[in-house]
Amino acid sequence: MTEITIKTSETTEKTEKTTGITLVEAITQALAYELAHDPDVIVLGEDVGVNGGVFRATQGLQARFGEERVRDTPLAENMIAGVCVGLGAMGMKPVAEIQFMGFMYSCVDQIISHASRLRNRTRGRLSCPMVIRAPYGAGIHSPEHHSESTEAIFAHIPGLRVVIPSTPLRAYGLLLASIRDPDPVIFLEPTRMYRLGKQIVPDNGEALPIDVCFISREGNDVTLVSWGAMMHETLKAAEILAESGIEAEVIDVATIKPLDMETILKSVEKTGRCVIVHEATKTCGVGAEIAAQIAEKGLTSLLAPIQRVAAFDVIVPLYRLEDYYLPSVERIVQSVLAVMEYK
Amino acid sequence: MTSQISHTQKSIIQFEIGYTQFLDPMGKIVQNLPEFTRDSEHLKILYRFLVRTRVFDTKAIALQRTGKLGTYPSTLGQEAIGVGIGSAMQSNDVLCPYYREYGAQFWRGVKMSEILLYWGGDERGSDFSDPRVKEDFPLCVPIGSQTLHAVGVATALKLRKQARVTVTTVGDGGTSRGDFYEAVNLAGAWQLPIVFVINNNQWAISLPRAKQTHAETLAQKGIAGGIFSEQVDGNDIIAVRYAVEEAIKRARSGLGPSVIEALSYRMSDHTTADDARRYRDAAEIEKYKALDPIKRFYQYLVDQNIWDKTKEEALQESVTKEVADAVYEYEHTSPLEPTAMFDFLYAKLPDALHREREEAAQLQRITTRD
Repeated sequence: MTEITIKTSETTEKTEKTTGITLVEAITQALAYELAHDPDVIVLGEDVGVNGGVFRATQGLQARFGEERVRDTPLAENMIAGVCVGLGAMGMKPVAEIQFMGFMYSCVDQIISHASRLRNRTRGRLSCPMVIRAPYGAGIHSPEHHSESTEAIFAHIPGLRVVIPSTPLRAYGLLLASIRDPDPVIFLEPTRMYRLGKQIVPDNGEALPIDVCFISREGNDVTLVSWGAMMHETLKAAEILAESGIEAEVIDVATIKPLDMETILKSVEKTGRCVIVHEATKTCGVGAEIAAQIAEKGLTSLLAPIQRVAAFDVIVPLYRLEDYYLPSVERIVQSVLAVMEYK
Repeated sequence: MTSQISHTQKSIIQFEIGYTQFLDPMGKIVQNLPEFTRDSEHLKILYRFLVRTRVFDTKAIALQRTGKLGTYPSTLGQEAIGVGIGSAMQSNDVLCPYYREYGAQFWRGVKMSEILLYWGGDERGSDFSDPRVKEDFPLCVPIGSQTLHAVGVATALKLRKQARVTVTTVGDGGTSRGDFYEAVNLAGAWQLPIVFVINNNQWAISLPRAKQTHAETLAQKGIAGGIFSEQVDGNDIIAVRYAVEEAIKRARSGLGPSVIEALSYRMSDHTTADDARRYRDAAEIEKYKALDPIKRFYQYLVDQNIWDKTKEEALQESVTKEVADAVYEYEHTSPLEPTAMFDFLYAKLPDALHREREEAAQLQRITTRD
């Protein structure tokens, strides 16, 4: 397993900025690699062709691989998902882009009623290898409906995988793994991380494992569990806590469906404390599932109640208030301190 | 308040929807018949499949009424649409049906026992065993959603430059859904090898055709997508077979998609869980009985001296036996283990689910259902 710790010190960030690639560039690199190496892979979506996608994630792909394999679709998200079901059943590997997670809701019927269950309902006769990529999350001052973090909707659905990278390296390796996976994957890309920091990402076609968590930072005092863009704040919080002598273990869940509870439970067993950090609203968020499973399977190792630092249970505000809505480094630090002080 | 000014408009486009019928409700020929009707042996097979579908359908309802089958949607009165489609397709074409086109499925190789298994609550009913239908989609319950799968299939066929065609069916109700409009739109835009057949049986559960749309025909919804669109008499097997075959030929030779609205009538309730007497005048059913697709084709075959009473009796006997065998196979299919729920959830069961699977394996077997 490749392990990369994001260094938050200024010097490291500077070097990485000049030599590496961004998360969105890592996505493009993975797509290009797979298009070049697997003739069954096609990329489709709104404005993914000549325009290169609204975030430029598919930049240059149509020029390189042609209009047949990098296809602009009419503007209908449900259609894109439904067409992927047919393509997947025929053995193609469609990689669709939905421009923002907030526009995925019209695909929900095709994803839940068909993509997730085609293999099961035909007892394996047909299957649905497909990836639906969508930028997600708040923090980039987008208009309404462009800041959603509703991954729990899909994490609730049997038959799906939900994969969320947090760094350029993980974006590359996890996207390759998702495209090669024989089952449907919802691949959510944190927009806030798209151009925040760079890493050197060798274009070697090596996938990272899915269905497993990554330990991004080792520590013995408290387990911090997060994914996506909140990994940034969580790791920052860990650095600050380290200054006060609290060593946090930081877990990047990466695949939130199915959940690798083994890694999380093992860490909690070691630390006895757990704070879960997610950008999604708290109620019925994936944090609730993680907390419940820790309570079911690891209660005796807990030295303090599990805490969740999540978005407030409100509608994502328009951007003037979004910085208050998103969990901050300070909220994470405070939550950890409370857990550490619990008697 | 509106103010009107006198102005002129150029006519930009006009459209028309043609209607095709070869046999009238009495089985009389109304125009020159297509080439395939010269092969009387083939006509007999068409007739056999119509009868097969009806005998199956009647039996399925009886099974449901006696507690031996789950909720079942009947195809009574619409058999010519399914059989017409099935007979017009080549074996390596792909069918993405809704849930009433048993006639097409049987023709292509789906077993009667498989359809029974599906409505009898067992996923194995959609694991078609005949290799000819290995790529066909299973029955699709969420209305209209299969039309998009068909567009995806057609996209794959076109990308791979295969001379194959996708046929998808949808009810009249399904043409109100976004999925259908989206599918028609993309099929037109990408000029895909696909045929949409609308089984217009006049009722979307309790909503009659007139209340579903102000459009004069459902076929014209295809015009909006730039697709060749037409109506046929869906109770005339020759018309359905002919129109679908022509549409498939066009699609196969790269001339793009078609929409065919087959006009029929739902002689049954929506499903066995429905009671159409709540919303539908019994007199209406009587009126449509006269348009029965099987009676009409029978009359035609008799008039052509292709068929007679003796042959009919032999056919009924043979088909009844065939259906009885299918019911036997259905009723003697060994039950699935509880862990079967996990077998095909993913290609490989994720570690996270192993414990649940073990739990399911320990469940006490339920032997009676009440």
